Amino acid sequence: MRTAPPTAEDRTALAALIAKYRGKRGVAIPLLADLQRRFGYLPPWAVEEAARELDLPAAELFGVATFYSMFRLKPLGKHVIRLCRGTACHVQGSLRIAEELQRRLSVAEGDTTEDGLFTLQFVACLGCCSLAPVMMVGEDVHGRLSPAKAVEVLEGYRARAGKG
Amino acid sequence: MGQETVFRVGLASCGIASGSAPVYERLQALLAGCPDARLQRVGCVGLCFHEPLVEVERDGARYLYGEVNPELAERIVAFHLRGEGDVAEHLVASTTAEAPENEMLARQVRIVLRNCGLIDPERIEDYLARGGYTALRKALGMKPEEVIAEVERSGLRGRGGAGFPTGLKWKFARAAPGEDKYIVCNADEGDPGAFMDRSVLEGDPHSVLEGMVIAAWAVGASEGVIYCRAEYPLAVRRLEIAIAQAREAGYLGTNVLGTAFSFDVHVKEGAGAFVCGEETALLASIEGRRGMPRPRPPFPAQKGLWGKPTVINNVETFANVPWILVHGAEAFARYGIGRSRGTKVFALAGKVRKGGLVEVPMGMPLRELILGIGGGVGEGRTIKAVQMGGPSGGCIPEPLLDTPVDYESITATGAIMGSGGMVVLDDTSCMVDVARFFLQFTQGESCGKCPFCRIGTKRMLEILERITQGKGTMEDLDRLAELSVQVKDGSLCGLGQTAPNPVLTTLRYFRDEYEAHIREKRCPAKVCTALIHYRIDPKVCIGCTLCARQCPVGAIAGERRKAHVISDEKCVRCGQCAPVCPVNAISVESP
Ligand SMILES: Cc1cc2nc3c(=O)[nH]c(=O)nc-3n(C[C@H](O)[C@H](O)[C@H](O)COP(=O)(O)O)c2cc1C
Ligand code: SF4
Ligand code: SF4
Ligand code: FES
Ligand code: FES
Repeated sequence: MRTAPPTAEDRTALAALIAKYRGKRGVAIPLLADLQRRFGYLPPWAVEEAARELDLPAAELFGVATFYSMFRLKPLGKHVIRLCRGTACHVQGSLRIAEELQRRLSVAEGDTTEDGLFTLQFVACLGCCSLAPVMMVGEDVHGRLSPAKAVEVLEGYRARAGKG
Repeated sequence: MGQETVFRVGLASCGIASGSAPVYERLQALLAGCPDARLQRVGCVGLCFHEPLVEVERDGARYLYGEVNPELAERIVAFHLRGEGDVAEHLVASTTAEAPENEMLARQVRIVLRNCGLIDPERIEDYLARGGYTALRKALGMKPEEVIAEVERSGLRGRGGAGFPTGLKWKFARAAPGEDKYIVCNADEGDPGAFMDRSVLEGDPHSVLEGMVIAAWAVGASEGVIYCRAEYPLAVRRLEIAIAQAREAGYLGTNVLGTAFSFDVHVKEGAGAFVCGEETALLASIEGRRGMPRPRPPFPAQKGLWGKPTVINNVETFANVPWILVHGAEAFARYGIGRSRGTKVFALAGKVRKGGLVEVPMGMPLRELILGIGGGVGEGRTIKAVQMGGPSGGCIPEPLLDTPVDYESITATGAIMGSGGMVVLDDTSCMVDVARFFLQFTQGESCGKCPFCRIGTKRMLEILERITQGKGTMEDLDRLAELSVQVKDGSLCGLGQTAPNPVLTTLRYFRDEYEAHIREKRCPAKVCTALIHYRIDPKVCIGCTLCARQCPVGAIAGERRKAHVISDEKCVRCGQCAPVCPVNAISVESP
């Protein structure tokens, strides 16, 4: 997790990003998306600096950042769990999986575990409804889950993290 | 050189999730250096429930195999290239041989999905080989007004949900004064149980691009934007590849195909807000603002992106256009009934056996779609309803399944055609819970501009939560109906105006389920956790302790070889104990 103060490298990267958007219109969303790609989340110092440099009200950028669910103002864990809470998965019992994962990981939706290993997110339809209920861990899709199976999958990641 | 044999592997989301990548790798190794065999990666084939899928084509005959693993892939190669062994038992569909899913495919008509599963979406050559961009050539040889007239005569209506006639929309935009005009493709696909647009973008991106270029020629636009959900990174990547290829080949950019007409497209990623699927919110989002809807008129066709005349159409709408120009409006209008012509793609999911992507002629009765194509529900289960149109739609009960799939008939049931999400529900689905699910979704997605949408949906959700917890009253049902009307009338955009639909339709067709929750504190489908209890039958339990070890909260106690007991207070109703019991001693009850 990166909560450390910005390094010189961070500042150079930010300056390069800002340069890309200077003088353009409709930049808020792509700019924030770029910031998030670079930093893994939206560090407030970077958003403020971008606003200052591009002559945009910081409140507007933060307004856009909080309106869209894609943007995060907090850093992410090592593995991002995206549990599908779409309709097909819901009727196949994904709520019970959601509850079990929150219990096991002791986190609420959107939060990251104490050890920084997992961030739990709920998303809508991952496009694999015929495998419902489904979750993604990083880029891997796991389907036909039950609460127990979902926990087992995560234990696999935890075990591997322990070794690595 | 012998006839070429093509091997295709479905590498769309569900294919990869079911393990098609190792199958592809094995085939790659097997076919390397094989002069008369070609390996192709394709998008969604539609038979998602049989993934991983491998198709073999030779001499125009096609053989589709299901549940393929690397070992089976090897045997498929041996059979088709060397005539060794036999893999017929794994055949799921074929153009020449008998196979279990042939009939399911025969009932479908593939216009939008014409290339999905047959071409490599990252190769423009594949698209061209199947007649790609001939529609554009044809369109550029026609007057723009003639193109619009053709689309009008086909009867094509918007596939994004509202069903507005596409030709008419183009006509308005053409007639609107101004030099700069825009074409926008709505690829936001917000319905949380649907993936039609995603499959088209991932499986056949050029068909959408070609539709957009034709629209641009028709209305006189020079710039296009595809607004794509950020959650679809593969679709975005494939679009970027397709755009670069189309530019290179002269189908996009300055002087399209050497004419004086220029048009270019870029992709704009959304950022995860359901309301941005609404056209005016979408435009605000492209302009970099928060995606809040604004009142219409003015419609985007008059004042759209950056205040200029703009055509916004859905992915599937655009994908239909090239087919219409090549085959003619009459060929398209031959399918369908009444004012609904052509076909519609559905993402069939939920409690249905054969879930996947299907495309059927408009007018097909729902029953045929769900039973004939989808294979109905599981063994021993009974079908209860089908949910159409996602959060804006409603639940159509089993007795109404003879309703034909057309805009007006579906609307008459209280649901909507929507963009194509179709979720089948059976006797283990609780209709109050389904209504609560959708309300929770729309409530969370309300942009907050209209008080009725913001607060009204919240009040409705609270009531639904009370009912699912067994704390509702009969007055709550009247209150729900009243609030529904207020939210519908008091909201500016479609999100709020349609949010009550899931509640209204379930109240209308499944009032008995609401009443069971309220009067008897009973959930007939045994879904609502506050109203169910897990119980161990002491006469059946052999005291194996498996359930006690499985229970995440330590709610089960008992000694080895003695009957175990579940503490109802500690039990969190996660349902994990029942499946591990070797003697089926654990049951779920709702009083
Ligand atoms: C809340 C809301 C969400 C919508 N989401 C989508 C969507 O995800 N995709 C889409 O194509 N249309 C969506 N629409 C419909 C669009 O506003 C618009 O009607 C459509 O893009 C027009 O294209 P069409 O005529 O080709 O259907 C939505 C409408 C509302 C009110
Ligand atoms: S109806 Fe709801 S989502 Fe639509 S504008 Fe109003 S508050 Fe926003
Ligand atoms: S798993 Fe079944 S048999 Fe074993 S202790 Fe639990 S209820 Fe009894
Ligand atoms: S609803 Fe979960 S993958 Fe579609
Ligand atoms: S995504 Fe695999 S067949 Fe549909």
